[in-house]
Amino acid sequence: MAGKLQFSLVSPERELFSGDVDQVDAPGSEGDFGVLPGHAPFMATLREGQIRLYRGGQVTTFEVRGGFADVTPAGFTVLAESAVEV
Amino acid sequence: MASLKEMRNRIKSVESTQKITKALQMVAAAKLRRAQQAAQSARPYAERMASVIANLAAGVSGDGAPKLLVGTGQDVKQLVIVATSDRGLAGGFNSSIVRMARERISTLIAEGKDVKIITLGKKARDQLKRLYGDRFVESFEVGASPSLAVAESVGQKVAAMFEAGEVDVVSLAYSKFKSVVTQTPTFQQMIPAQVSGSGGVDLQGASYEYEPDAEAILETLLPRNLNVQVLSAMLENQAGFFAAQMTAMDNATRAAGDMIAALNLLKNRTRQAQITKELIEIISGAEAL
Repeated sequence: MAGKLQFSLVSPERELFSGDVDQVDAPGSEGDFGVLPGHAPFMATLREGQIRLYRGGQVTTFEVRGGFADVTPAGFTVLAESAVEV
Repeated sequence: MASLKEMRNRIKSVESTQKITKALQMVAAAKLRRAQQAAQSARPYAERMASVIANLAAGVSGDGAPKLLVGTGQDVKQLVIVATSDRGLAGGFNSSIVRMARERISTLIAEGKDVKIITLGKKARDQLKRLYGDRFVESFEVGASPSLAVAESVGQKVAAMFEAGEVDVVSLAYSKFKSVVTQTPTFQQMIPAQVSGSGGVDLQGASYEYEPDAEAILETLLPRNLNVQVLSAMLENQAGFFAAQMTAMDNATRAAGDMIAALNLLKNRTRQAQITKELIEIISGAEAL
């Protein structure tokens, strides 16, 4: 597994998280998915659910409602309709 | 010449006006910081959204592309959204937005277009009502502070009108916050969507995978993009408004200070003249005895 994944979570009001993580699990509208560093370009809509960030054994959870996930070689961006840290 | 009493009253009234403008200036300065921060923290979302759309738009082509992205292919039915603030006392801030919008609207009308107007903010409504009241579709108010809820109601109205075939092209007039001293009235085209840049990021040879498919994602993304554009226009306006208000009130405070100085000078001269006159009267009275 090469390096870290650059992840950012933004809601219309502000940026909630931006930084390097090991893994992100997100609730896709057609099923949950996990993203590791080096993931292929991928775009999905999200349903209501939890996003989990894994950072060196630490897990941070966000409750999101609707939005989009955009995975590019540059990183992983979630545009959430609304999001709160749990 | 006004009497001494009148002049004292005048000075007092200018002084209390100065107190008000001074207070408004300080309030605006405090609120500006918060509004600026709000505008800044909303930027990542709008930027990312634009780049996601650019990515998607590069992949979707031709007839399958959603209408919100490519438009209806016509430009007869125009909708102009004019966004200002709810309140005044900010120099030419609102007027400059409205003036730009008015020029655009009259050009469009002269070209024979069917122009409809949505106003966002009390000032836009008040200033355009007399001229173009019959073209109003709906008027929204900004409220206490820009909120996604208001932006959504505008966005949904626009999307609904577009779906119903009532409009072909939608543009948004607002003031871009450049710095505390510069706010530029700007037009932004919302429909057909403006796709910025070359079509997004370098995928390093890989191709995108979509879940569900690209069209379905675009179809949910584009209406939201409308909301986001309205929201960021509102936030930019809010920051610009407080900046303009701060400057305007600073000028007003200074002007009031100048006025007080001038009035004080006049008051003292009058007082002196009066004393001199009284002295002359007393002396000439004493001499006559």
